[in-house]
Amino acid sequence: MQRRVFLKSGALSLVTMGLSPSFLKRMVYAQGLPAPQKGKVLICLFQRGAADALNIVVPHGDAQYYALRPNIAIARPGVAGGAIDLDGFFGLHPAMSPLKPLWDRGLLAPVHAVGSPSSTRSHFDAQDYMESGTPDVKGTPDGWLNRFLATKGTCDECKVPASPFRAVAFAQQTPRIMEGPAPTIAMSSLDDFTIRATGSDVQRLEALYRTGSADLIHGAGAETFDAVKMLKSANPQKYVAENEAQYPRSPFGQSLRQIAQLVKADVGLEIAFADVGGWDTHVNQGGATGQLANRLGDFAQSIAALVTDLGDRMDDVVIMTMSEFGRMAKQNGNGGTDHGHAGALFVIGGHVQGHKVHGKWPGLAPEQLNEGRDLALTTDFRAVFSEVVRKHLGTAHTDALFPGFTGTVPSGVL
Amino acid sequence: MFRVNEKGGDESTVYSLEKSHMRLTARLAAFALVLGACTTSHSTTGHVATSAGGDVVSRDDHREQTADEQVKQALNRLAFGARPGDAERVRAMGVDKWIDMQLSPQKIDDESSEQFVASFPVLSMSTADLLASYPQRAQLIRDKKNEMAKNGEMVMRDSAGGKLSGLDFTAADSARYKEAGRQSRQMLVALQTAKVARALISERQLEEVMVDFWENHFTVFSGKGRERYYLTAYERESIRPNALGKFRNLLGAVAKSPAMLYYLDNAESTVEADRPALALRRRRASSMDTTKKPRPHGLNENYGRELMELHTLGVDGGYTQADVIAAARAFTGWSVEKPRESGVFIFRPAQHDAGEKLFLGHRLAANRGIEDGEQVLDIVATQPATAHFIATKLVRRFVSDSVPPALVDRVAATFTRSDGDIRECLRTIFTSPEFFSRAAYKSKVKSPFELVVSALRVVGARPDSTQRTAQMIAKLGEPLYGHLAPNGYSERGADWINTGAILARINFGLVVAAGRVPGASIAEWTDAKELEALPRATQVDGVIRAILGGEASSDTRKVLESGVNPIASDSTSAATKLSGFENIVGLALGAPEFQRR
Repeated sequence: MQRRVFLKSGALSLVTMGLSPSFLKRMVYAQGLPAPQKGKVLICLFQRGAADALNIVVPHGDAQYYALRPNIAIARPGVAGGAIDLDGFFGLHPAMSPLKPLWDRGLLAPVHAVGSPSSTRSHFDAQDYMESGTPDVKGTPDGWLNRFLATKGTCDECKVPASPFRAVAFAQQTPRIMEGPAPTIAMSSLDDFTIRATGSDVQRLEALYRTGSADLIHGAGAETFDAVKMLKSANPQKYVAENEAQYPRSPFGQSLRQIAQLVKADVGLEIAFADVGGWDTHVNQGGATGQLANRLGDFAQSIAALVTDLGDRMDDVVIMTMSEFGRMAKQNGNGGTDHGHAGALFVIGGHVQGHKVHGKWPGLAPEQLNEGRDLALTTDFRAVFSEVVRKHLGTAHTDALFPGFTGTVPSGVL
Repeated sequence: MFRVNEKGGDESTVYSLEKSHMRLTARLAAFALVLGACTTSHSTTGHVATSAGGDVVSRDDHREQTADEQVKQALNRLAFGARPGDAERVRAMGVDKWIDMQLSPQKIDDESSEQFVASFPVLSMSTADLLASYPQRAQLIRDKKNEMAKNGEMVMRDSAGGKLSGLDFTAADSARYKEAGRQSRQMLVALQTAKVARALISERQLEEVMVDFWENHFTVFSGKGRERYYLTAYERESIRPNALGKFRNLLGAVAKSPAMLYYLDNAESTVEADRPALALRRRRASSMDTTKKPRPHGLNENYGRELMELHTLGVDGGYTQADVIAAARAFTGWSVEKPRESGVFIFRPAQHDAGEKLFLGHRLAANRGIEDGEQVLDIVATQPATAHFIATKLVRRFVSDSVPPALVDRVAATFTRSDGDIRECLRTIFTSPEFFSRAAYKSKVKSPFELVVSALRVVGARPDSTQRTAQMIAKLGEPLYGHLAPNGYSERGADWINTGAILARINFGLVVAAGRVPGASIAEWTDAKELEALPRATQVDGVIRAILGGEASSDTRKVLESGVNPIASDSTSAATKLSGFENIVGLALGAPEFQRR
């Protein structure tokens, strides 16, 4: 697939129409910046390191849970440090109390016993599979979010030029999930997304890319300067947190704060991505307090702040969390948990089927465990992901996003 | 019509095509004798002549590029760009002679590069020494666990979910583990630093390009567990000695490298429980220890699949899932001995599937051992699909992203005829009209690694002994030894160019010009010394000549020269003159022209 199919502004698309360079110069200026756009936004948040689903969405109604985790289990609701009850069977880790109001408002849809059908316990492979969207297939060149961008909203369909800010990852490198032919932006922060030169040198650098032969590099350069200018004029930094949203000062909290700024700035954002590490809790993960509780506190506060900040805009936004796999049902000898199988994720938004824990609970009795040790898988992550892109983002091409996935049972989260 | 390039400008020497062709054939035949290996070139195209006494004839009516362009093409493709003076040197030597020289790196003195690498003792250590010298974080944690188990602290006494008395790792423990991780990262930093330095200063440029090519073709991921301990030996012993050798040797070295065995999990792949093993499993005393998790058993298809899909046949190379399984079964028992202590290849008969296998139409008889895997490598290495796949990747790297099919066919033919001789495949490419065609010239987009090294080469930088340069390459999107998936970094320009990437590239050029890359000082650059006092127009000429190979669009020249923005709608804002020589350099390094090679 030729990436240039997606080039919507800049030199090449005009030149291939047979326009002369002098006309091109005028055009570039006359065309100006892409018009502000509002639309549906999907925010994907990756918990790297395999988050311990059983201590996040706690099955306090399953007695086996307490037998398997004598030291690290989250106590039943009602006692100090106990789980925050959701439906009489499941509860949230107490450190996730900032998400409880979202549950009460019907914005929060946890999915349990969800994950990859691959039996791998390698972080590396499992993340790769979840991001490429192809479990047990290693050579897939692109990520499923990029395939979404590629199958929807190409130049042929759009009347106004697509925004350079369709897909933004708050990461130094383009994450695997967004790799591929469609243009995406990876930035460590909005402040970094600027030319490190002073006034007139910036113009000269732009001129270098706006002139000369019309090729890939000039085209992308033109996009870059469009994006830099658009960001400057949209000035997302001016959007301070609303509704008294309090973002943690952590890198993750700050990434989410900037995602909210991009959403509010109407720069045409469709896909946002951020990730957060620290979930590989082999040792001393703690219970109601401790290592995992600290991670969850940051995670939940950040997400709650994002939802609060976005306010009514959540009608057009879905936040989806993911982690490569879950952890062993049984605690290990070091007050931690080793690599497991199925996990849990959250889908959050104005139109999700909230106030319900989705997915079939497989149970934690010895014969119900995967390979005798892990939470068994009852929902393929692709069932959730494909449903979210289909219903929220409105693409019919989910078979291209998740090639080889034949599951037809909707997860029901949307 | 053909061109004659003469060293020393002796315009009177003109050869007829026939005469020169005879000379060429004689030269190449002599060269073949010297090498004792060449079986191909003299019978193929005959575009090139290297004449006696240093006189050079580079003449061919099929070469569309001018003599100057051919020099630049060679330096941009066989090397990581030109250093100050390189173009003149190659021109004087003759581009074809220089290419010949690069094809025999062992004959090139490379003292300064070797010396720099020698300043990192870690790079000459064996894997076993590395494993012993650099504490393994995971191992420290395991030791602690065992120690606690021995002390009977496994028993969980606190059922309230609160503090786990006796089981906590102390703050000192945590600090120790962190420090271990930091120290072991130094192995990787040394490798990255040396890789950048070699690309920057090695005289054996083609060898460095090919080491990079094969490391990417046979990619492994340094971020996976203890991979970083295996990487040093991987580059030093598996890749580098075979980079221009026979493909089968390279393939075999990779197949037996702990780096690949670990990365693609073959080290863990064992005979399935319901199949016969080649030898009986010995019960070790430790297996009686019930607290120890039983090691997982069974087939792992990762290597078997990637061997065919990514290393040899290509994804459409005509193999089936049954072939993947057969290959994986053939490689059962190919493993790593004491992976945390010695880290060398071992064949474990007890884990080898002794059954008969049918692989790509070949019957591998029952009750064989390591020969199974060796034969699979023999089979895949000689498949026409492999010749075609490797030829395509080489042509894409060296010629163009739109690979000329006819050249691929000729390179594949060389591959087959020469028993997979990589050097001869390269020779076929470097003597082809396609390599010196108009279409191929400047057609490749530089990868971040190529961009950074070429920028540092062009300003005559000294190697950076810190990790700063490697970090910049990572920030541009190509962390060295840091590609997670087994397909390696893309060889296609389109994949490197996106909105964020251009921004990062422009900013990188400005960082170099500002003198913020260790080893790269614009003030010390010889061209700068000559140019500094001269008028701006001359400076711009000099920068375009030195950095952009004398090739810049008139618009680019205009921008650099006067600071005028040719597309600015009003002239008021655009009149500011550039403030200094560094700015011209920064603009040139950030220009679109410099993103290509």
